[in-house]
Amino acid sequence: MDEARISRRALSPRLWLAGGWLLLALLAAIFAPLIAPQDPLAQDLMLERLPPFWLDGAEPGYWLGTDSLGRDLLSRLIFGGRIAFIVAFAAAISACFIGSALGLIAGYFGGWADRIISRIVDVWMAFPPVLFAILLVAVLGTGLSSVILAIAIIDWTRFCRVIRAEAMSQARMDYVESARIAGYGRIGIMLREVLPNVLPSVVALLSLEMGIAVIVEAILSFVNLSISTDDPTWGSIIAEGRLSIHQAWWVLVFPLITLILTVLSFSQFGEALKARFDPVLR
Amino acid sequence: MSANLEPCLDIRGLSAVLPNGQRVLRSVSLSVQPGEVRALVGESGAGKTMIGKAVLGVLPKSVRIVEGEMLIEGEDLGRLDAKARRNLIGARTALIPQDPLTALNPSRRIGGQMTDRLVRILGWSGERAGQRIRQLLDEVQIRDPERVLKSYPHELSGGMRQRVLIAAAFAAEPRLIVADEPTTALDVTVQKQILRLIAQLQRDHGTAILFVTHDLGVVAKISQKVSVLYAGKVVEEAETAQLFAAPQHAYTRALIAATPRYTDPYASLKPVDESVLAGLTAEIVTADKDWRPGHG
Repeated sequence: MDEARISRRALSPRLWLAGGWLLLALLAAIFAPLIAPQDPLAQDLMLERLPPFWLDGAEPGYWLGTDSLGRDLLSRLIFGGRIAFIVAFAAAISACFIGSALGLIAGYFGGWADRIISRIVDVWMAFPPVLFAILLVAVLGTGLSSVILAIAIIDWTRFCRVIRAEAMSQARMDYVESARIAGYGRIGIMLREVLPNVLPSVVALLSLEMGIAVIVEAILSFVNLSISTDDPTWGSIIAEGRLSIHQAWWVLVFPLITLILTVLSFSQFGEALKARFDPVLR
Repeated sequence: MSANLEPCLDIRGLSAVLPNGQRVLRSVSLSVQPGEVRALVGESGAGKTMIGKAVLGVLPKSVRIVEGEMLIEGEDLGRLDAKARRNLIGARTALIPQDPLTALNPSRRIGGQMTDRLVRILGWSGERAGQRIRQLLDEVQIRDPERVLKSYPHELSGGMRQRVLIAAAFAAEPRLIVADEPTTALDVTVQKQILRLIAQLQRDHGTAILFVTHDLGVVAKISQKVSVLYAGKVVEEAETAQLFAAPQHAYTRALIAATPRYTDPYASLKPVDESVLAGLTAEIVTADKDWRPGHG
């Protein structure tokens, strides 16, 4: 992309805010050992249920307070971000790859390929996704890789349906016909002419899916089916916070805010990216 | 017969049906001699675009050719396997499409889209293709080729895009161009320029054109020969001058009468007469009754 094109469109506040939050959260997760004020696993029963810094009884160094075992909430959130981002990237990219490839094939080739892939998608989407995830993790066993695998296995259909519809409408365009007249093969046309036009949607969906992956991981953690219980994850912090909501609301509220901001940012970031990627909207 | 005298495009008794058995092309025969412009006129739904698509090998899957032959410079398309046919069509023909809006890939720059075909079809180097494209852009009177080549399609006007498509069609020196209503989607003022441009390039390059249109005014300006199509059937075929001077078929006469004239805009907007259409329908019903695939 040349510079004139970028500068012509001022960066939208949506992109700034969403991207800013994601960058902040990502950097915090990457450099967690350097910036976390406390050890996220260190328990100290003398410091249990400390309130956040602006309330009476707060201790310096425990900015967002502590949970019922005296563990620092901010540090746990920062370390929990590591798992959230790993799951978000790995699961969303896998789901995106499987779903987009199948969607592209179904939409562009049509006929039997489309019929088979569409029926599989129909069947897949008849399962309640969260139950499906719980079932999968129960079968695959808990752990980071099974969570990632479970999310990819469930959510590829999102990509498949959207990309199929887009590829279908692209396949009817005159430039696809022109490419056929010029003697290009079907796969060549699919990759050269159709794929670039569905890419903006793929990018938007990918970002959205990262948010969804964060939620699904939190849900699995919440029901204790995600990673080993020692490692802090946003879902497990929320689950613990729920138990002490009347004594220490902050243990529930701060991870919820973090989760919501992250998921919202992913979806907004995706939309903003789509607008920038699309040469017609640009 | 020497190769020069062979028609550039020869369609013999071409019939095509929809899955429900309905005929969309009824034993169509027409030929285009080298360097000649043959117009194919008819109302919408008459099958004129269908013929163009059949020649270029891009008929919709639902339409099936049941009989007839198509020869491009004497080579029977039906006798070639899929790959050879695609290569032959790619090398000898090109399309000037109807809608310049959807005929260019919105996410790719003009330059790449134009040179790609030359590199692929003729095996040219990218540099040589680039030179050729610039030469053609000059021929279609695009004054700032560098900017156009770097542009995305949506950054150009409809007229500019159609010029680009005309340049792209002529660039690989095809023997036959199918022009599918190339001026229909354009403003009236631009239509005239584009038409003149196609005529100019056609003369300079000596390319044969199968010119699909519903506009008899366009026919008169650009073509040497005309085939009039109704419901997938060629009802009249003649030299253009002849057709306007002495139309033989009642439908042709009605079409000419229905063409608006600038000198008398209100008086001449006549729909085709009911009795003429009834006659045509009767003709088609009789033809269909006698017709069996493969023996028609």
